[in-house]
Amino acid sequence: METQAFQKIYTKINNLTKATIMLNANNVGYDEMAMVHGRMGQVVKIMGDNVILQIFGGTEGIPTNAEVVFLGHPPQLKVSDQLAGRFFNAFGDPIDGGPEVEGKIVDTGGPSVNPVRRAQPSQLITTGIAGIDLNNSLVTGQKIPFFADPDQPYNQVMANVALRAEADKIILGGMGLSNDDYLYFKNVFDNAGALDRIVSFVNTTEDPPVERLLIPDMALTAAEYFAHERQEKVLVLLTDMTLFADALSIVSNRMDQIPSKDSMPGSLYSDLARIYEKAVQFPHGGSITIIAVTTLNGGDITHAIPDNTGYITEGQLFLRMDSDVGKVIVDPFRSLSRLKQLVIGTQTREDHPQVMNAAIRLYADAANAKTKQDNGFDLTDYDERTIKFAKEYAVQLLAVDLNIDTEEMLDRTWQLFKDNFSREEVVIRQEFVDKYWKQ
Amino acid sequence: MERKNKTTGTVAGIIANLVIVKVEGPVAQNEIGFIYHPENKLMAEVIKITGDNVYVQVFESTRGLKIGAKVEFENHLLEVTLGPGILSRNYDGLQNDLDKMEGVFLKRGDYTDPLDREKKWDWTPIAKKGDNVTAGAWLGEVPENSMPHRIMVPFKMEGVYTVKNIVEAGSYIVDDVIATVSDAEGNDIELTMVQKWPVKMAIKAYDNKPRPFKLLETGIRTMDTLNPIVEGGTGFIPGAFGTGKTVLQHAISKYAEADIVIIAACGERANEVVEIFTEFPELEDPRTGRKLIERTTIIANTSNMPVAAREASVYTAMTLGEYYRSMGLKVLLMADSTSRWAQALREMSNRLEELPGPDAYPMDLTAIISSFYARAGFVYLNNGKSGSITFIGTVSPAGGNLKEPVTESTRKAARCFYGLNQDRADSKRYPAIDPIDSYSKYLEYPEVRDYLTKHIGEGWLDKVAKTKNLLLRGREAMEQINILGDDGVPMEFHERFWNSELIDGVILQQDSFDDVDANCPMPRQKYMLEKVLDITDKKFAFENFEDLSGFFKRLINHFKQMNYAEWESDKFKKYEAELEEIMKERLN
Repeated sequence: METQAFQKIYTKINNLTKATIMLNANNVGYDEMAMVHGRMGQVVKIMGDNVILQIFGGTEGIPTNAEVVFLGHPPQLKVSDQLAGRFFNAFGDPIDGGPEVEGKIVDTGGPSVNPVRRAQPSQLITTGIAGIDLNNSLVTGQKIPFFADPDQPYNQVMANVALRAEADKIILGGMGLSNDDYLYFKNVFDNAGALDRIVSFVNTTEDPPVERLLIPDMALTAAEYFAHERQEKVLVLLTDMTLFADALSIVSNRMDQIPSKDSMPGSLYSDLARIYEKAVQFPHGGSITIIAVTTLNGGDITHAIPDNTGYITEGQLFLRMDSDVGKVIVDPFRSLSRLKQLVIGTQTREDHPQVMNAAIRLYADAANAKTKQDNGFDLTDYDERTIKFAKEYAVQLLAVDLNIDTEEMLDRTWQLFKDNFSREEVVIRQEFVDKYWKQ
Repeated sequence: MERKNKTTGTVAGIIANLVIVKVEGPVAQNEIGFIYHPENKLMAEVIKITGDNVYVQVFESTRGLKIGAKVEFENHLLEVTLGPGILSRNYDGLQNDLDKMEGVFLKRGDYTDPLDREKKWDWTPIAKKGDNVTAGAWLGEVPENSMPHRIMVPFKMEGVYTVKNIVEAGSYIVDDVIATVSDAEGNDIELTMVQKWPVKMAIKAYDNKPRPFKLLETGIRTMDTLNPIVEGGTGFIPGAFGTGKTVLQHAISKYAEADIVIIAACGERANEVVEIFTEFPELEDPRTGRKLIERTTIIANTSNMPVAAREASVYTAMTLGEYYRSMGLKVLLMADSTSRWAQALREMSNRLEELPGPDAYPMDLTAIISSFYARAGFVYLNNGKSGSITFIGTVSPAGGNLKEPVTESTRKAARCFYGLNQDRADSKRYPAIDPIDSYSKYLEYPEVRDYLTKHIGEGWLDKVAKTKNLLLRGREAMEQINILGDDGVPMEFHERFWNSELIDGVILQQDSFDDVDANCPMPRQKYMLEKVLDITDKKFAFENFEDLSGFFKRLINHFKQMNYAEWESDKFKKYEAELEEIMKERLN
């Protein structure tokens, strides 16, 4: 890396667009940061001595004779235990009025963990929410987003999950967070007495949108420090990744790139994967678990952002308003935790996998019965029972306002089976029925 | 590509991992070059040449790279190193041995040797002094994890050679000279156990490639029974996320009847690779009793690894497969997911500012996919032995829409289609392979039909056709019931629907997390199918449709318990007996 003792100042900008500038400069490294007229920029293209910089704060008011200084390094963060309890902006500068953090300087967006140096995620994370713990159990080292319409209480659910997850550190990466939500997180963590376990990197709606692009890397660089060097269990919250992707499309559009599906850049998959794949379980016990939020447009998961996200993450938690019971539930059909197989039935009770599947199958039968009902057909006795079951199941188990342990979730489900069905209708391995079907 | 000196150049432009190099001297398309970065060399591949400007895709991050950096071209294309010791390894897309890399994080420019140069191998010669040999001829063999690893005349050698000397049986390292051959002009060539081959070229050291005809058992009922894949066949599994592509792929790689399994994790999750190398050393190959990892090689280019190497990873995997096929082995190659590879092509095409095809994919996508699938196949080697590569790729269609370019291009290339159905996945009917939309073109091959009739039994194909028909009729009945209501259709419709539910519950659905049910050998598949079809032929008496559905649910429940029980165990027989009892009550 270049020393900073001698820095050349450029004062002639050739081209300016809304988000980029171009100037002639030499000895500039790709991805290097620069200070342009007091704003941060980053090198995105070099052709001979033509250097194109992306200006995070936008180019409004930048004159052609603005001062440009290259910093000789990519985006960086100072990491140490002093990060705990602090709030930073997208550049890693404190915004809580506190002092600068002392620590080791690390490039953000660093290399990936060698797959053979990973361990298999293995530790169950409990959240008290049955829609998660019973149907979509989470594991340390997992990456999973909430898929939710903007009117769902995803930030509240996420804050609850974070506080109940027993993580050593919680790192909040807020992108386009409204000031209200920012203060909400701050309050909730403060009230829970957890502020010293929290590190926050926040880009609010008041900040330039392109700055958001730096947030996940900042948050995950801090996470890697705590998870790898301090061997801690780190939970990273990223909200809202849809706004992150929107910022990507703004930049790619300004760079004249050919858009692929839904005006998103062709590299969207790789861009998102680079972030989510930082979730890791280290053999020494440290881990990074990522829980993100991807807001949807009218529940449309075929849009490029949720679609690509779904292919990268290890499942998704789909929040939906269940109008039959008037509660927000974790939708058992669209939700999935790919890593649950590693813990259910082993770290939880043996009957967990079969009970979970049976309940969801019966819930699916209820959905069919409801379709029949909506079409004006007579319902059979079985249909009636499934519909009754579905309502009870939604209120007693799927609703996000729940906080009970997994054992109780299973017992409740058995009770619902017994109240509504015969043993044969439930289709569960005989030995479990014998053991748990209470007389 | 014979050149005396290496061509050099300097970096003139950088756009992410596309670098433009000004060269002095000749370069070839797809030639490999190294960019000298202060701390390390970055590997790159030539993808376009305009005059002095050579466009290279860099297999690493270009962060910090500067204009003027030196580049040296290597005189060869992207190659893999072939020799004993490939099995059980974890490679990255460029065949670097991941276990040999130091540190927890991948370091840029860290290239490691794919082979173990010190390990001694027990060599037994096959060829004799004076034999005439051509490329791919077996010179000798060494046992690699109990598999006979044949050491061959390098594929790059053209023409006929005479074996001048071959070392005696004994213990040798891979770099020891094991044979000397002389060409037509009498020049001697010393051969070791190692050779290199460019990944983008198919290895064609075989006699002929007939139409495949042998069933490849996967242990998965809905595949083997309804739409079987054959040894040397090609298939693909498109499915939206969450429909169970990866679980299905892992299940196939665990239980399929193959000598060698190569898994290319192409742009997918690192944790899935971790799952393989955590579980496979523990799991036993049901056929040989040895650990699964012994027959498996993993090519891991996970989604956060450099994009350009993603493309290389599938070619690396295919080339390793061709190498083992040339030894007369049955290779199963799995790539998850080929969509990520296509996306890597798209990213590069975009940076090159090429005119885009549909969804911004490059125009030649279909051609690239076809020629890749064409490398699979069953072959007769020059020595009369046979070998095969069965290739199954997954496709991750954007938005779950099967009318997108990668799925459509693949459909033209692959002969088996295992479409994963979102509704089935939603109602946890796994594997979610749609029994009606999916197909195996191989069922139309007369040679495959003969093989199945001979090996599974007379009338098997009729049973398969009947099963498919019952499933189709069941779906139609269900649609009618949904439109007209339970009471609006005759009982016969309910019967049809429940017959198909019976097949679905017992044959199609399979629990890949259950130790017993996960793998269903062909005799058991046959037994269960015949048992189920028997029931569909019977006439039962029912009072009404609720009575009927209750009865079928009991049947399905009992059948499932049978599926969970060891084959022909007491438990299995107990449930079977109970099943007979239930039916007796109802028979007319």
